[in-house]
Amino acid sequence: MAQGLSRDARLGLITVSPALVFAVLLLAVPLFTIVLFSFWTQNFLEIDRTFTLANYAEALTDPLYRALMMRSLRIAASVTAVTVVLAFPIAYYISFHVRPEKKALWLFLITIPFWTSYLIRIFLWRVILAYDGPVNGTLVELGIIDEPLSFILYNANSVIITLAHAFAPFAILPIFVSLEKIDRSFLEAAKDLGEGTAMTFLRVTLPLAMPGVLAAVLIVFIPTVGDYVTPRLVGGSGGTMIANMIYVQIFDLSNRPMGATLAVVAMATVTITLAWAILHVRFWVYLSDRVGGGLPGLALVGVAAAIDIGVLWWLWHYGPALFGSAGSLGIMAAIMGGGAILIALLLPKGRWGI
Amino acid sequence: MRFRPLGVFAVFYLAFLYAPILLLPIFAFNDGTVIAFPLRGFTFGWFAQLGEIPALHSATLNSLIIASSTAVLSTCLGLFAARAATRYRFPLKGGIMGFIMLPLVLPEVIVAISLLVVLMQLGLNTSVFTIILGHTLLCMPFAIAILQGSFSGLDQSLEEAAMDLGETRSGAFRLVILPLVVPGIIASLLICFIISLDEFIIAFFLSGNEPTLPVYLWGLMRFPAQLPVVMALGTVLVGLSIVLLLVANWFRKRGLRKAGQEDTGGFL
Repeated sequence: MAQGLSRDARLGLITVSPALVFAVLLLAVPLFTIVLFSFWTQNFLEIDRTFTLANYAEALTDPLYRALMMRSLRIAASVTAVTVVLAFPIAYYISFHVRPEKKALWLFLITIPFWTSYLIRIFLWRVILAYDGPVNGTLVELGIIDEPLSFILYNANSVIITLAHAFAPFAILPIFVSLEKIDRSFLEAAKDLGEGTAMTFLRVTLPLAMPGVLAAVLIVFIPTVGDYVTPRLVGGSGGTMIANMIYVQIFDLSNRPMGATLAVVAMATVTITLAWAILHVRFWVYLSDRVGGGLPGLALVGVAAAIDIGVLWWLWHYGPALFGSAGSLGIMAAIMGGGAILIALLLPKGRWGI
Repeated sequence: MRFRPLGVFAVFYLAFLYAPILLLPIFAFNDGTVIAFPLRGFTFGWFAQLGEIPALHSATLNSLIIASSTAVLSTCLGLFAARAATRYRFPLKGGIMGFIMLPLVLPEVIVAISLLVVLMQLGLNTSVFTIILGHTLLCMPFAIAILQGSFSGLDQSLEEAAMDLGETRSGAFRLVILPLVVPGIIASLLICFIISLDEFIIAFFLSGNEPTLPVYLWGLMRFPAQLPVVMALGTVLVGLSIVLLLVANWFRKRGLRKAGQEDTGGFL
């Protein structure tokens, strides 16, 4: 053992080592292996171990993979938005309006469904949203609709509803924690200084709760991009996502290198998207603060966000025709990555904790 | 009641959260092969059918073996990690703990296919044993989170007092610390058991020809005629999870009381 380590540090490292060794063997080594696999190719029954970027070229340019990846991101973003928007009032209610001795009970009530079988819950959504299911039955019975709705099952909508249900506690808990940390005297101070209830919420509570909201966004967005069961059970053909394609590559087509490549591409896309989003939120908060917040701040942020997103949207849709598939992806990566690095280097961490 | 709209929203939200698991038993006891309203009458028939499927029994056995082994293994590993995280300061602590907790946010499909690719490459067959390893990886962060809660409430002077009175470091741990975290250990065992019992993705990718209960259930879902049986089996699984969860929660609260901490309501 190194002599420089203190006794405390040595004991700590020894104590953590069984769990660490397990995680390295079963997580780090396998993750490294799929990265390695992504540079190989499947040659009928054998794996050709010559280093090549062919899989990546195919994964990034084939319209099918591109569409699936884009749809996975879109669905995950919608799920994240729906989950966080629905979770915030609940977290707020528990933190501010439930009596302290009842809070633990409410949190427990919210987490109970999460501990029951994931597969069963998703399957039940298929039953609930079905053409002859309870939702349509009730709506027809009440005379609100004449025909059962068909747009709520076997498409992206049903995937979003189901995932928003599955990930609800993951969004509620971090938001609740950050709301609990807010010093209540801040709110009283704001009221004493003449702010109304709505403005106190917008200018004190919401900014202070943002770290929890961001944690919720990360915890919901990352796993949903790679969800397999929900698209299979309630997604139909219009709700298929990237994880389903990874499964098809590995089991049905026996093309493990391609499956590995898609997995690596999915992880990389998620990382880049989140880094881009988080750093641009920092940029937008900074812009808004520069003009003093309020309506001018919101307007400026709106314009900046529209330009940021518009450029990327335009490149995704019209770039391939002008610069080729690979070219437009390269330009997008340069804009997203370069912009993120510039923001990270030039702007300090804002008051939202990012 | 000043903030009524928010309260009403909270009730609707709870209804949304509970809708699937409340509808499940309704259809499981419904005397009709079609899963739809109106209901047809009450029956235990679908539950009785569960007893007559041999494949289901071997799947149940697999699941129980996997869930028990996973619970023990991940709680043991979790004990080490939680103890290290709460008691010692060591280099790269944040990075090491973050890495061990990573499976909590990583998409399960990524974990499952990377394990599968390694196993195939090593020429090993997928089996009950490989599922145990995968589930342990997944459950360890939960075990650590629960046990950290138990360890962090402990007064360090208790252990120091034992050592001043002549106990060795390991003796003090075994005789003083361990008894105090027993409720946390039991809660961790139960929670890991529940997670492993209900886990589908890793079991599905790694099961080979030894299905677990969820994997068997997945197979049944393809046959419309079997749907009432799916509902009955689902009811049993969900009921079991909730009972175990209530027991685990009781132990967790007991542990918190022992350590003199407040209940923060939840395992996460």
